[in-house]
Amino acid sequence: MTPEPKPAPVLELTDVAVRYRGAAADVVQDVSLAVEPGQSLALVGESGAGKTTLLRILLGLARPTAGTVRFDGEPLAPRDRRQMRRFRRGVQCVFQDPYSSLDPSRRVAAIVAEPLRSLGIDSRTSAAPKVAAALERVGLPADTASRYPHEFSGGQRQRIAIARAIVCDPRVLLADEPVSALDVTTRVKVVDLLAELKEERDLTLVMVSHDLSVVASLCERTAVLERGRLVEQGDTAQVLGEPAHPYTRRLIDSVPRLPV
Amino acid sequence: MSPRDTSFHTSGDTLLDVRGLTVRTDDGRVLVDDLSFTVASGERLGLIGESGSGKSLTTLALLGLLPDGMTATGSVELAGTQVVGAPEKRLTAVRGRDAAVVFQEPLTALDPLMRMGRQIAEPLARRTGLRGRELNSAVTEALVRVRLSEPDRIARAFPHEISGGQRQRVALAMALACDPGLLIADEPTTALDVSVQAEMLDLLDTLVREREMAVLFVSHDLAVVAKVTDRVLVLKDGRAVEEGPVLDVVTAPRAEYTRALVAGARKLESALDLRSPR
Repeated sequence: MTPEPKPAPVLELTDVAVRYRGAAADVVQDVSLAVEPGQSLALVGESGAGKTTLLRILLGLARPTAGTVRFDGEPLAPRDRRQMRRFRRGVQCVFQDPYSSLDPSRRVAAIVAEPLRSLGIDSRTSAAPKVAAALERVGLPADTASRYPHEFSGGQRQRIAIARAIVCDPRVLLADEPVSALDVTTRVKVVDLLAELKEERDLTLVMVSHDLSVVASLCERTAVLERGRLVEQGDTAQVLGEPAHPYTRRLIDSVPRLPV
Repeated sequence: MSPRDTSFHTSGDTLLDVRGLTVRTDDGRVLVDDLSFTVASGERLGLIGESGSGKSLTTLALLGLLPDGMTATGSVELAGTQVVGAPEKRLTAVRGRDAAVVFQEPLTALDPLMRMGRQIAEPLARRTGLRGRELNSAVTEALVRVRLSEPDRIARAFPHEISGGQRQRVALAMALACDPGLLIADEPTTALDVSVQAEMLDLLDTLVREREMAVLFVSHDLAVVAKVTDRVLVLKDGRAVEEGPVLDVVTAPRAEYTRALVAGARKLESALDLRSPR
C-alpha cells in the first residue's frame, strides 16, 4: 500500500445511461459517481431503481449505452485483457443469494481458489494456503475446504462467498445485497465481518442495498437512486441524517423501528 | 386420529386454540415441537422466528395445508373445528371462511392465467351469492378497500401486469373477501420495498381494526411485528421460547434467544441514528 497524496477514484462513472434493447426508456439516466479508495459507497433505492444495473456496469458485466466507466483513471475496456486482469484482481464481488452463487458440484476449496486460478496467480497447490487463510479469516472451520456448499447454512455460505472474494486481496469489493437473505442474528455477524475486513485490508466496499441500517453500518458515502436517476449523494451521515430529497426522507421514514 | 368434537362451537371468544401441535417428517424429524397458543377473536398475535424456526409450517398446519411427507399431531381448533386429522372436505369449508391466509409471495396465491377481477370474484360469489353486475361492483369495492387506485384497470389485469405491492393488495383483498374471523399473514411484506411495506402494514392494521378481525402475523422481523400485533410468541427450532405482550418482549426480553434477537435488531437500527455525532 503506497499512500498517494490525492488518490484517483478506483471506479468512476460519468453521465452513464443504460437502455435495454427494445426498451422505450433508459433504466439508468445521467448517473455520475466516483468510488474513492477508503470511501465505501452504498447504492440505495427500491426495486427498479437501477441499483443492480449500475453494479453490473461497475463490474464490467454490462456496458452503458452512454457515458464512460473508468478504472484507475482509464476507460474500462472489456476487450483489453491486461487491463481486465488488473481489474479482476482489484475488484471482486459478492452476490445476494448464497444458494445460487456457489457452484454446488465443487468443493469449497475449489470455489474459493477460483479467482487465484483464473487470474493465473496460483496453481491448485500453491492456492491451498491462501484458501485456508481466507476461510479462517471469515470465521469458518479448517475442514470447510473439503466440503460442499450444500452442507452449509445461508450465513456460512455467504462467508464462503466473501472468502472467495477476498482471497486475491482486492482493493474493492462490490456486493449486491450481501446480507439481505440472512436472518437478523446472522446478518449482524456478517456486517461485523465486512466492517473488520474493510478496516484491516483497506478494502473499499461498493454495496447495493435496500437496507438503510446495513448501509449506515458499513458505508461512508451513500447515493440514492429513484427510477434510474440519482436523486442525492454524499456522506452517509449527511444523506441519511439530514436527507435533502423527499424520496430519501420517505425511504428513511418507512424503515420499521422497534418500540423503545 | 378421528376428529370428535366438530359440531362444538366455542362459547367463549377463543377463535383459535392450538394445543401440543407437533409436526414431524416421515423419517421422524420433529420440526414443530409441542406448540400451544390461543388467539381470541379480535386479537392480534405475532409469531416471530428465524429461518428453520417452524413458523411457516405452523401456519400451514393450522389450515391443514402441510406438504406431503409431514404430519401434524396434537390439536388445532379453529372456530370449533378440529383441523388435525380432519378430512379435506371439512377443511375446505374452514379455509377462507374461518381463516384466510396471505403468503409472502403473492404470485403463489394468484393464478397467472386469470384476470385479477375473476380471482376475487370467485370467493366473493361463493360467499355472497352475487352475480353479474352486482358481483362486479363488489369486486371493485373489494379492490378499493385495499386502497388500490384504478380498481377497474387492476381488475382487468393479469398478475404479471401489476407491481409486487399491487399483487399483495389483491391477495389481501382475496383473503378478506369471505370476511374471515382470522387472518393469517405469513411474511406478507417481506418481499416488498420498504415504502410499499410501510403502506401495506398501515393498510393491514386499519382493515383488521375496522373489522375487529383476529390476526396471526408471522414474520422474522421484530419491528414489523411490533407495528401490527399486541402479543407475540417467539419460536426457535420449532419450540416456543417466549410469549408475552409485544412491548414487554421487545423492551425486556426474558429468553436468551429473544435477547439475542432484540439486541441484533437494535444494533443494526442504532446505525441509523446518524443525527447524533459519531
